[in-house]
Amino acid sequence: MRTKLHLIVLCLVMAAMLAACSAEEKKADEKADVQTGEVAPAAKLVLGVAGAHSGDLASYGLPSVNAAKLVAAKVNAAGGVNGMTVEVVAQDDQCKPELATNAATKMVSDGVKIVLGHICSGATKAALPIYLESKIVLMSPSATNPPLTQSGEYPNFFRTIAPDDAQAALEVAFAKGLGLTKLAVIHDKGDYGKGFATFCKEFIEAEEGMEVVLFEGVTPGAVDYSAVVQKIKSSGAQGVIFGGYHPEASKIVSGMRKKEITIPFLSDDGVKDDTFIKVAGEYAEGVYATGPMDFSTNPVYQEAVAAHKAEFGTDPGPFFPEAYSAALALLKAVENAGSTDYDKVTEALRTQYVDTAVGSVKFDAKGDAEGVGFAVYQVQSGKYVEIK
Amino acid sequence: MEYFLELLFGGLTRGSTYALIALGYTMVYGIIELINFAHGEIYMIGAFTGLIVAGVLTALGFPAASILAIALVCAVLWAAAYGYTVEKVAYKPLRGAQRLSPLISAIGMSIFLQNYVMLSQTSDFLPFPALTPQFDFMKPFGSIMNSSELVIVVATVTVCIGLTLFIKFTKLGKAMRATAQNRKMAMLVGVNVDMVISATFIIGSSLAAVGGVLIASHVGQINYFIGFIAGIKAFTAAVLGGIGSIPGAMLGALVLGLTEAFATGYVSSDYEDVFAFCLLVLILIFRPAGIMGKEKTQKV
Repeated sequence: MRTKLHLIVLCLVMAAMLAACSAEEKKADEKADVQTGEVAPAAKLVLGVAGAHSGDLASYGLPSVNAAKLVAAKVNAAGGVNGMTVEVVAQDDQCKPELATNAATKMVSDGVKIVLGHICSGATKAALPIYLESKIVLMSPSATNPPLTQSGEYPNFFRTIAPDDAQAALEVAFAKGLGLTKLAVIHDKGDYGKGFATFCKEFIEAEEGMEVVLFEGVTPGAVDYSAVVQKIKSSGAQGVIFGGYHPEASKIVSGMRKKEITIPFLSDDGVKDDTFIKVAGEYAEGVYATGPMDFSTNPVYQEAVAAHKAEFGTDPGPFFPEAYSAALALLKAVENAGSTDYDKVTEALRTQYVDTAVGSVKFDAKGDAEGVGFAVYQVQSGKYVEIK
Repeated sequence: MEYFLELLFGGLTRGSTYALIALGYTMVYGIIELINFAHGEIYMIGAFTGLIVAGVLTALGFPAASILAIALVCAVLWAAAYGYTVEKVAYKPLRGAQRLSPLISAIGMSIFLQNYVMLSQTSDFLPFPALTPQFDFMKPFGSIMNSSELVIVVATVTVCIGLTLFIKFTKLGKAMRATAQNRKMAMLVGVNVDMVISATFIIGSSLAAVGGVLIASHVGQINYFIGFIAGIKAFTAAVLGGIGSIPGAMLGALVLGLTEAFATGYVSSDYEDVFAFCLLVLILIFRPAGIMGKEKTQKV
């Protein structure tokens, strides 16, 4: 009986291997078709989508695949790009750098010219040199690590989301506008909070006449923050910038107000959350927080969300608007350039505005989208209100 | 000087909050040599009960002072019931087992209670109303210490004195001391050990519930996870003071709270925990049983 079972299993394995072989051959055939069929009327424009499509972070990556499919369907229905039908090819990297390089190599060998992705900054960084070498244009909806664009090393990289430090730059500019010169910068020691606070500190120090009088980390979840609150008071700060999330922010701000410290409190989009207002209650009044710009009234965005609901029956996931915009921008750039030629496409991305779900965008010399990013909000009568 | 006083009173408040929880750890350890990791969760359940009761009473239009009193009583009763049940369910069946078994059972109970509250209530932070009345006579000292901090410190001191007297002078207190010294011998001379252990859990849980309501009302927010960090700190305080000793827990908690406050105030809050735990290590090097702990051969 056992030997029989073994035999059956062995047979199954063999069969599966054979099937895999034939599938490979079939793919190779298809590829040959693409290469030979470039002048044929049904030419294809392949839009690569790379990112986490499985694993822990799949929920960040899958919305970009949906976005690419929706954009492709929309463009194809309108006659395609320069007569070419758009085809979406996805490559999974699970947000892991080692898999991201594999995905990039696969894109190169498939002859893809424009790629939407990757999702995570680490994976994007690992894959970028491969794309650059083969002159493939890459546009990420979610990789916010600042050096990806600011280092200037990757002219083939673009993104439709603002980098991590854009928020800090806005925060400091806003504090300056309020006339605050001495600031206490507090963070929660976490990657997000401390990173934000460190950027704020750098920007404040670079600013003439502004100084950081206190730079401290607090322990999340501690029973209270009275000692830090006293320290803020004795530092003579005219305002507090906090990097972190709402539970700590509400504890610090209520601690301050209870000790009659009424200086402005500014924070980040970890605090721009209705739970903050609910928990801090009356003490939340007047608190400033930066957060992503509200594009819910944008017609392209509304159309994208409606299309997603119609096609997939659910609300879109995170980074969907950014991914939808990136796919639109890439295809539009190919259309404007008239070909998939690397120099022409990047030129088009940098010079011509495209209407997307995150607003009308074009990209600066380094690859960041202009006019995309954050706005300042203030709690007024129990609600976050955008401050123009 | 004012800065020093502000830090001093901030540290005292923090130390008092640790003390209210640490007492439960130390009492249970003193009696059955078990580190009751679920104690922090009892504190959290006390706070949640307080929140629910306060919410209902506010909706019914009760006056502020009576809300605090009723919420405290309900939280104490409910948390005591939990403490009693946890002991019966998770620890009593393991009383004859190896020392590690009830410890694992305690950790399991802690995880269970956290997740139970998370699922039955919410994983979000909830606002906790300020229940303590604002005393007019505290107004001038507002920047140094406010009413809710005063209430916490006074409650802790009262509870500690009361508990010490209770253990020294009542019959049940005497039975507790006997059980702590030698459980078998106490049983032989007619002490109802099971009852004593239950009573210990009930008292410890009640104190944690008092702490839960007062601290949540002071801080203004709770979620299902608050018991974990508060529990760890209180446990540290109990070890620092000498686990098993009631005045030790009080002293350890104050030392820990003041160390954290001054470390934050004069050095940096980045190193708050570093200083707290360095102090713990130093004290345990020179006094392995803690500040007030009795040196005795350990059974571990």
